[in-house]
Amino acid sequence: MKQSRLGSWIALIIGTLYFVVPLAGTFEFSLRMRSGEYSFDAYRSVFSDSAFQDSFVFSTLMALATIVIGVLLVVPTAYWVQLRLRKLRPLIEFVTLLPLVIPAIVIVFGYLRLYNSSSFLPMTSEIWSTNLLLAFSYVTLALPYMYRAVDTGLRAIDVRTLTEAAENLGAGWATILFRVILPNVRTAILSGAFLTFAIVIGEFTMASLLNRPAFGPYLQLVGANRAYEPSALAVMAFVLTWACMGLINVFGRAKQIKHAP
Amino acid sequence: MAFLEINQVRKAFNQNVVVQNVDLAIERGEFVSFLGPSGCGKTTTLRMVAGFELPTAGTIRIDGKDITHLRPNQRNVGMVFQSYALFPNMTVAENVAFGLKVAKRPAAEIGPRVDEMLNIIKLPHLAGRYPYQLSGGQQQRVALARALAIKPQVLLLDEPLSALDAKIRVSLREEIRSLQRKLGITTIYVTHDQEEALSMSDRIVVMNEGRVDQVGAPFEIYNQPKTRFVASFVGTLSVLSGTVVDAASGVLDVGGQKIVAGRGFPNAKAGDACAVSLRPEAARLEGFGGQGATTNMADHAERNRLQGTIEEVAFLGSVIRIKVRLGDNILSLDTFNNPGVTPPERGAKATVTFSPADLLVLEGV
Ligand SMILES: Nc1ncnc2c1ncn2[C@@H]1O[C@H](COP(=O)(O)OP(=O)(O)OP(=O)(O)O)[C@@H](O)[C@H]1O
Ligand SMILES: [Mg+2]
Repeated sequence: MKQSRLGSWIALIIGTLYFVVPLAGTFEFSLRMRSGEYSFDAYRSVFSDSAFQDSFVFSTLMALATIVIGVLLVVPTAYWVQLRLRKLRPLIEFVTLLPLVIPAIVIVFGYLRLYNSSSFLPMTSEIWSTNLLLAFSYVTLALPYMYRAVDTGLRAIDVRTLTEAAENLGAGWATILFRVILPNVRTAILSGAFLTFAIVIGEFTMASLLNRPAFGPYLQLVGANRAYEPSALAVMAFVLTWACMGLINVFGRAKQIKHAP
Repeated sequence: MAFLEINQVRKAFNQNVVVQNVDLAIERGEFVSFLGPSGCGKTTTLRMVAGFELPTAGTIRIDGKDITHLRPNQRNVGMVFQSYALFPNMTVAENVAFGLKVAKRPAAEIGPRVDEMLNIIKLPHLAGRYPYQLSGGQQQRVALARALAIKPQVLLLDEPLSALDAKIRVSLREEIRSLQRKLGITTIYVTHDQEEALSMSDRIVVMNEGRVDQVGAPFEIYNQPKTRFVASFVGTLSVLSGTVVDAASGVLDVGGQKIVAGRGFPNAKAGDACAVSLRPEAARLEGFGGQGATTNMADHAERNRLQGTIEEVAFLGSVIRIKVRLGDNILSLDTFNNPGVTPPERGAKATVTFSPADLLVLEGV
């Protein structure tokens, strides 16, 4: 009993060190821009860089667009699969997992061939349509996470009976989807949304090859040319991602409390 | 013409026929139960009335209007589910208001109507609670209020009480019935609990393997079952098997003792094997002081008498159920509890008496 507890403490400490030491090192390094003393100069330099602000805003807007498109695509699909096409579920799950298997570079080369300026659908010839294409590609990248989150949320409620109850009370499909189904998977959608945000904010390949001024390529650029700023950015990216995870947890917990008997 | 008419309705899933040519006419304001074993097609029939399943053949009419092909949200039919199916994201009041909001009723009408419904189910103080904060019985009452708020033409309930514990079940079924009477709403109630069906219904539809075996008032179903299935499914029944001695006068031999069946055996001849059955309350134990709840108190001399031994005595409170072994047959009989008389001992010799008129001769024996 005591032995095993000691063992698990050791495992925990080793695991924590494994993650914390590099992070602490990065943080320490990011404070050393001014020679001889610790300072936040690297952070000040990052924040004052207008390219940082522009690319961060661009990627944030992209993430929001991705979340909206993703929700509108995934929720009705997962709902319909759950309600009527249960047999297709393994197939749909397989399809939603494909983006994890196919490298982003392959997808984006596919896009460039399909949608280049001399193709039947020249989406890359205008800035707005390239942005749209980028958002769609982000939807694809985030699909495994969004679909899983929503599907799990839908499994937690009795979709079929709730749908029938609403139908019986006179509701049409739009009412059922927006007033009954969506509110009940809201926390699942939120956790999918935070994961999507975390993915999009740091994504490099798609944005770089589609030549859009996103945060990922900016990080890469800074990393190749500066010394202290990349560490500051890495720490900020960590904090941002963890904030997303923390928010998922907060909403997840709120849901648990709400559904406790 | 009846208010709700189910005409020659069939339902097959792929090749599997689960409802076969059901015909049923339900009058306005009537409370009808579908009673039958698991898998006999009760829910499927109900779901066709609600519009969740499309009949393979046949028509369903409400108030003369053919609704067979209407979408569920275009029918004015209220449904209560076994699992309550309250919307988890809405409060009790919002749940009850849902149908009215969907129908775009003015707010000035919705508020009072919701209050009225919550008063009817006696839960006005819980209007702001969420479903997960309610007990099962409370949830089902809210589900009932939600279904009734839109003033449906027909109310459908699919085993609404089966997830609740026994005490609540009894009190809630009385509440549902009195509410149904007060509102005069035509109701179909699905159950596999015969006590529920017998105590609540104006008429009972006994279903078996997708067919309607018998339709009748509880008294009729219980006392004049048409088929062996109905007789054995509704209430307890002891079956005595023997051979016919005299078909015309109904004399038969049960394990060497002769008894008379009041109605005779029109389709049999002497020497044929036969079986008759008896309700537990129709038989009495001779010499035991408890009064049988006999329906036919015929002259003592005319009663059938069978000798046997007491096999089992079960004290159920107001009644005592005694099983008597008669050769190969076991006969159950009920007597009222009498505090002044001790029940008979197991293994004791006993004489059972019953009137020839109480013996049921069933089809399909
Ligand atoms: N969607 C379906 N697809 C295929 N078969 C079905 C479907 N729904 C019901 N059945 C079959 O139809 C038969 C009748 O089912 P139904 O649910 O009507 O029974 P029930 O009388 O309500 O039983 P219970 O008392 O168990 O609820 C069952 O054998 C069931 O397996
Ligand atoms: Mg059923």
